[in-house]
Amino acid sequence: MSDLHELLLLGVVLTNFWVLGTTRLSSAIRATAIQGALLAALPVALHPGWSLHIIGLAVGTLLVKAILLPTFLSWAIREAAVRREIEPLIGFSGSLLLGTIVVALSFGIAQRIPLPESESALLIPVALATVMIGLIVLTTRNKALTQVVGYLILENGIYVFGLSQAERVPFLVELGVLLDIFVGIFIMGIVVFHINRAFDSMDSTRLTELKD
Amino acid sequence: MILLPMVLVPIAAAAVAYLARPLSLRLGLLVGTSVLHLYAVGRLWNGTVAPEVGGWLAIDALGLLVVSLVSVLFLVIAVYAAGFLQTEPPRGGRVFVSGLLAFLSAATLVAVSHHMALLWVGMETTTLALAPLVYHRHDRRSLEAVWKYLLLSSVGIALALLGTFFLAAAQTSGRPLLLEDMIAGSGSLQPALLQTAFIFLLVGYGTKMGLAPLHAWKPDTYGEAPSLVAGLMAGALTSCAFLGLARITEITMAAGQGEFVQPLLVAFGVMSLVVAAAFMIGQSDLKRMLAYSSVEHMGLLVLGLGLGGVGRYGTVLHLVNNALIKGLMFLAVGNVVLVTGSSHAGAARGILRRAPITGILLLLGLFAVTGSPPFGLFLSEFTILNAAIGQGHPWVAAAMLALLALIFVGMAAVVLEMIYDPPLTEAPPVRESVLLVAGPIVLLALVLLLGVYIPPALQRVLTEAAWGLGGGGAR
Repeated sequence: MSDLHELLLLGVVLTNFWVLGTTRLSSAIRATAIQGALLAALPVALHPGWSLHIIGLAVGTLLVKAILLPTFLSWAIREAAVRREIEPLIGFSGSLLLGTIVVALSFGIAQRIPLPESESALLIPVALATVMIGLIVLTTRNKALTQVVGYLILENGIYVFGLSQAERVPFLVELGVLLDIFVGIFIMGIVVFHINRAFDSMDSTRLTELKD
Repeated sequence: MILLPMVLVPIAAAAVAYLARPLSLRLGLLVGTSVLHLYAVGRLWNGTVAPEVGGWLAIDALGLLVVSLVSVLFLVIAVYAAGFLQTEPPRGGRVFVSGLLAFLSAATLVAVSHHMALLWVGMETTTLALAPLVYHRHDRRSLEAVWKYLLLSSVGIALALLGTFFLAAAQTSGRPLLLEDMIAGSGSLQPALLQTAFIFLLVGYGTKMGLAPLHAWKPDTYGEAPSLVAGLMAGALTSCAFLGLARITEITMAAGQGEFVQPLLVAFGVMSLVVAAAFMIGQSDLKRMLAYSSVEHMGLLVLGLGLGGVGRYGTVLHLVNNALIKGLMFLAVGNVVLVTGSSHAGAARGILRRAPITGILLLLGLFAVTGSPPFGLFLSEFTILNAAIGQGHPWVAAAMLALLALIFVGMAAVVLEMIYDPPLTEAPPVRESVLLVAGPIVLLALVLLLGVYIPPALQRVLTEAAWGLGGGGAR
């Protein structure tokens, strides 16, 4: 199983780039769903002991990150009839380039972080890269829904990092999944729905009434 | 067993309040729970409390201060809410009261938890509990505010979680993420990982505090949320967020990382003062003005923390003062909005004539919040200034004085206009409800008291808390 987790982590990076490069929201949501499934398999690949803790983590992650949230997001784009991300702050090829730089940077940083007992050499760089790519999507895209996708990617990065501590500190990674539910319920359920109703579009650039 | 019930009872009350039908019953639950909470806090002051739930919940001087502040402010705001909700259309009360009670539970959890991940859970829940309350008016502006609040707070919370993971990675001995064990075993914490953890937690909890440049959500949220919710955020929520930052500071200081931590804190503090002053000049909406004032006071808190020495004492004293004065100011502005329909200096005028008690509260509050003697904030700001000079940062001291003067001018311009200018339309003075002015009067009395006399019991706790903030080294 030793190579499986490296493959999974590679898949996580690829889905990051998928989100960075796509204009269609439904495509970005599909990418996060696939990323969620990869993340669910990751603890099992990293700790092949079939302990109850690991199985529970995998099942919970699959439910929340791969099924629940993507379904919720797809429902929201149907409801709001938004399809494409228009004119992001940084263009799509620009953000792909930025993503590449970020991945290179993450490998550089990860070498300087002296982590004890790291199960995979890829774990920390991929975690950092995913966090940063999530931040890029969050800050450069205009649609409220794409920003939520960016936020989920940011969380996925934190989740990957947390896996390096899953054995030592119980329930830590589970907190990250909890955070997902928090976002799912609040940002999505209440706000997105109401933004649609009040603004006739879910473009957060329209949210500019409040300023100094 | 007292700490766990203090967390669980309010959340249970929140559930009951959500199901209860008449508004009066909900309000009774709200005020009753807060009285009970304050009673429990009183028990905490009188006697030692053993750690609970395997040491995850415990009380120390700093936690005791924060939970007391939350409790006092919450009771005042609960009473005010009883008056406020009666002026509202009958739609609400349900989500409002439940949200407030859920917040009390979460804030208590933050204050009494000695486990860094549990503290994080509490912090996340405070964000969640208050979000529907920010959106209370259900219009475009409040929607925009709650969107910014949720998005930025969530990113802050997420980064704080990453910081907590780094903290767990840095620890090599003891029970994981338990405050006592981390401080006791601080010698064996991995320095590089600890520093990374500190940066993420500073940015994460700093966002929740509203330190510049992480404050973007604050003016919009405070400006659009109902005043009492803004008061609870500016007084209690920020104190909890500060506690999160204070905990990681305690750990890093104990690990001997002062040289890394302190300059960062000073930089964030000075930056917050600069930003606050820049945006307070010419600001004409009093609620947004108070939001920048909150940025200012958060800046002062981390400034004192970063300066060290007597600055730490200044910080804990300022924490107390800030919570009380922010409650007072926002409730007074809430009354202004109820009378005139606006918190904007152009529209809300002649307060002294229309609502004399609120006018006087606002006037005295202006002097208190800007740190004039004899109010408590003068004492704490003076102590922090003293620390800047004493610890060899004369430029910080000079900048602090200049910026505080600017802030006074900006704030006074708006408040004085509101109080003294003739009303736009002539109207007879309104009868001010006891529920709406009693709380602010109590808070004003407390801020005044702290300026002239600090009770010995409080003094002991303040000193103890300041000592802990330095990492608990030599006394």
